[in-house]
Formats: sequence, structure tokens, C-alpha cells
Amino acid sequence: MLAVLKREFAGYFKAPIGYVFIAASFLFSGIFFWSFSLSVGSADISSVFLGMFYVYMIFVPLLTMRLLADDARQKTDQLLLTSPISLFGLVFGKFLSAYLVFLLGDLIMLIYGVVMSFFAEVNWAMILGNFAALALIGAVFVSVGLFISSLTESQMIAAIGSFGANLLLVLINTIASVIPIEGISDVILSLSIFDRYYEFTTGIFSLGNLLFFLSVTVIFLFLTVRVLEKRRWA
Amino acid sequence: MIEVKNLTKCYGSKKAVSDISFKAEDGQILGFLGPNGAGKSTTMNILTGYLSSTQGQAFINDVDILENPIEAKKMIGYLPEQPPLYFDMTVDEYLDFVYGLKGCRLPKKSHLNEICEIVKITDVRKRLIKNLSKGYKQRVGFAQALVGNPKVLVLDEPTVGLDPKQIIEIRTLIKRLGKNHTVILSSHILPEVQAVCDRIVVINKGRIVADDNAETLAKNLSADHKLVIHAEGGEGEIKKLLESVPQVQRVFVNRKVEENVSEYYLEAKEGCDVRRDVFRKLASRNYPILMMRSNELTLEEVFLKLTTGDVYGGAEKIEAKFDRLSKEGNI
Repeated sequence: MLAVLKREFAGYFKAPIGYVFIAASFLFSGIFFWSFSLSVGSADISSVFLGMFYVYMIFVPLLTMRLLADDARQKTDQLLLTSPISLFGLVFGKFLSAYLVFLLGDLIMLIYGVVMSFFAEVNWAMILGNFAALALIGAVFVSVGLFISSLTESQMIAAIGSFGANLLLVLINTIASVIPIEGISDVILSLSIFDRYYEFTTGIFSLGNLLFFLSVTVIFLFLTVRVLEKRRWA
Repeated sequence: MIEVKNLTKCYGSKKAVSDISFKAEDGQILGFLGPNGAGKSTTMNILTGYLSSTQGQAFINDVDILENPIEAKKMIGYLPEQPPLYFDMTVDEYLDFVYGLKGCRLPKKSHLNEICEIVKITDVRKRLIKNLSKGYKQRVGFAQALVGNPKVLVLDEPTVGLDPKQIIEIRTLIKRLGKNHTVILSSHILPEVQAVCDRIVVINKGRIVADDNAETLAKNLSADHKLVIHAEGGEGEIKKLLESVPQVQRVFVNRKVEENVSEYYLEAKEGCDVRRDVFRKLASRNYPILMMRSNELTLEEVFLKLTTGDVYGGAEKIEAKFDRLSKEGNI
């Protein structure tokens, strides 16, 4: 697993994609930070975190698109799948590599907190809560992207597919609102990622939400393992 | 040791491999011979745990690849048809990655140095894999299979895309490795398998059509009694001369090669080597032989021979020509 993690992580910085992702994350968070906080003199940076949700929804698929799709195309999966490592080790190594790059981009948010502390009293609990929320939603996006990447050999399809999947996750609220039957719309709404994320950004910590994000991540990692497993039997 | 028992693999309704069994002992080089699409790669992919079989079992040193994949995979070095290389890495980084991936415990530096020496890639170790030539890429793929010094090597068409010098080097290397490894190598080139392997399994359309040691098989398949000759001189006279050589059964002129030179097909009694007699006969009348070779079987002919049992199945065209000519009373 470590070998896979090391290779994939290094791979992000051999191609421009790692830098592009981190740059995009710095750029957009910088713009949000300036326009929502610095320029209007507000110490509440939860709007910045809210904005970043959408940025990552678009940019995380760029990070995950090649993870398994490229291996299938270049036939390097023959090396990976005939090596004495477990499928979960392989999938988790790939996941962590993308997730670490994501965290590198995400870490800038803590620096904004430090910058803010020069000008105002900063509510660190809230900033850390927001940071944790973004880190959790990142894990969900990365695992969804990894899963989609395992389904195709084309990076482009993987990227577009993951973006679509992320969009669907976010649109759960809208879908729920157009379903007139109350029971069903409630069930769908309870799956809403955005609502749970929003709760985090307002500074409310709930164990249920934490477990929800972790479970979604684990489920998609598990599905990815199943896809690789299934490929052997095809 | 590699053992395959009643292996069957279906892709949907298509049977790629059907009920094949064979065994390679320790220190044996087993050649897997077959035309494209015969099921060679599929079998190798099953052996290495990349695919799973629809039916049947594969054992690596008595470990079932399906029951205990991680243990079995530890003992295998696999070079797939297309070497599994990461083009964005240097050779060193790549081998380092493979070393980690395989959880290898040998002393890293000396082990990797040794492998690079063996496959002769020491001078390109710092270069990006994507910039290497096909031959070097193939060798890096070979190096990857050797990492961890696995007891069993599975090599899928290891000499494809190499130049003749490299092919000889790789064959020598495989022979050397065969002394203390079990090697399975696939190929669609008969002489290659004959040159390298102790044992040959011939596969066609997913079925084994022959499984024998290399010498016996080569002997059965050889056709020394059929010759192709280019000789200079009058066609009629040379034909008569050839026919007068003892043991020769039939001769016909196939085509004109150049001015005053024709190509003759000659068939002697089976098991008779008439090359010397032919030489002496033509030399005595001062007809120069410009070329003489035994009409070696091509792979297709080998399959026909093995599958149909025809003594000389593949040369149907020539046989047909013989028949036609004798009917017309020309022989």
C-alpha cells in the first residue's frame, strides 16, 4: 500500500495536475477570503468554506480521474493486480495519494485563520470545524472519483463522470424537494451531503454527520474494490 | 513448479481456453506455443492471478492461486505481453516502486544493481521510461519480473519487438534463469521455443494439441526429406537428374527464380536425408546449386500437422500441385 501511495503521490507532482489542483484551491479560496472576509471586514470565514465546497466538487475529479483509469489503459494494472498486495491495500493507497494532495490544497484554509487572527478575535473552534467538514467532504469526493475511475479506461470519462456523480450528491436536496410524498422525500433528504456539510460550516458538530461522511467514503472504497474484483471474473 | 488442472476460461459465451492441463517442474523452461488468439495470454493471466478461471485450478508450488492469491503471487515474476511500465518514472524509481510493491526483503541496493546488470539496463537507470526505446522498455519489464527473485517466471512473448541481437541476449538470459527458476514463456515463433525450452506445450484455439519435450517434438515436426532447391541450368535436365537420385519420389518445378534459374520442390521417402546425394548429382553434371533448404514447417503447418495428423499437412498447396501435375501426366 505504501509503495502505491508513494508512487501516486509523486506522480501528481511529475505532471502539472498536482500543482494545478493546489493552485486552484489557493486561488479560489484566496478570492473568497478576500471578498467574503477581508474586503468586508468580517471575521466569519464560513462563507469561504461554503464556496470551497463547490470548487472542490469541480476540481477533485481532476485529481482522481487517472487513478485507476490510466492503469487500465496502460496495462500497469497487470503489475498491480499480480503483485502480492490486497485489493483494499491497492485501492486505499490510491485513495490516500489523492487525498493527501487534496489536504495540501485544503491546508491553506488554516493559514487564513492565522491571517485573520492579526485583525480580529478568531473563533478557532469554528474554523477547525469548517476545516474538518471540508476534509470530510474531500474524502467523499475522492472516493467517489476513485470509484468512477475504476469503471473506465478513459480519464476524460472518469473526470466528467465523477463531476456528474458529485453534482448528483449535491442535488439530492433539489430532488427531495420535488418529490411530493413526504416519507420518501424525507429519506432522500437524510442522504443529503450538502445539508450535513452546511451544519458543519455553521459550527455545529454532530457525530452522526461525521459517521455519515466516513461511511460514504468507505462504501465507495469498498465498491471500487468490488469493481477490481469483478474485472478478474469478466 | 507450476501445475494447471483442467483450466477453462470463458469470455461470455466464447471459450478462450478450454480444459487445458500441463505441468512445469522446477528448473524447467516450458514453452507455450500458439498462434495469436490461441489462449496463451489468457492462460498466463490466470496463472498469475490477473484473471480468474471459469473452471479448473492453477497451482504455483502447490499453492492455489485462487485460494491463496497473495502467497502464490509472492512466488511469481510476471512479464505481460505489454510491459506494465509507468512512463512518468525513471527506471530507478520504477524498480524501487516494484520492490516496495512486492514487499521484497532482499538488500535493496545490491539486489536492484544485480538485476540491472543481468538485463543490461544499468546505463539507462536515471532516464525516464517514456524516453526509452522499445527494446529497453522490454528489458525494464523483464527487470520488474525479476525483482524479489521469484521462483517462477511467467514471460508473455518476451522477445517481441527486440532487435536480433537483443533477442539472442534475452534467450541466453532466459536459459540462464531457467537453471534455478521455473520458467513459462509464450511465443508464436517455433524456432524460438525450440531454441530455449526444455518442454513445449502447443496450444491452438484454447486446446492443447501437443505437450512433449522439445527434441521429440522437433524431430516429429522436422521435414528433412522435403527440399526446396534453386539450381541453374535447363529445367528438364535438372528435373530428370533430381528424379534419378535414390529415394527421391517426386520432383516438380515450382517457378522461375531468375534467368536460367528455377526453383524445384523435391520429396524423398520419409526419414531420408538426400541433400548430399542431390549435391553430388548436380555437381557431377556441373549444375550449380544456388540454394538448398529443407522445407521447414511454418507454425501454421505445425498446427495442421498436429491437429490433423497429416504428415505434411501444411503444404497443401504444394501437395495439390503434385497431385494436379501427376494427373496431367507431367511427373
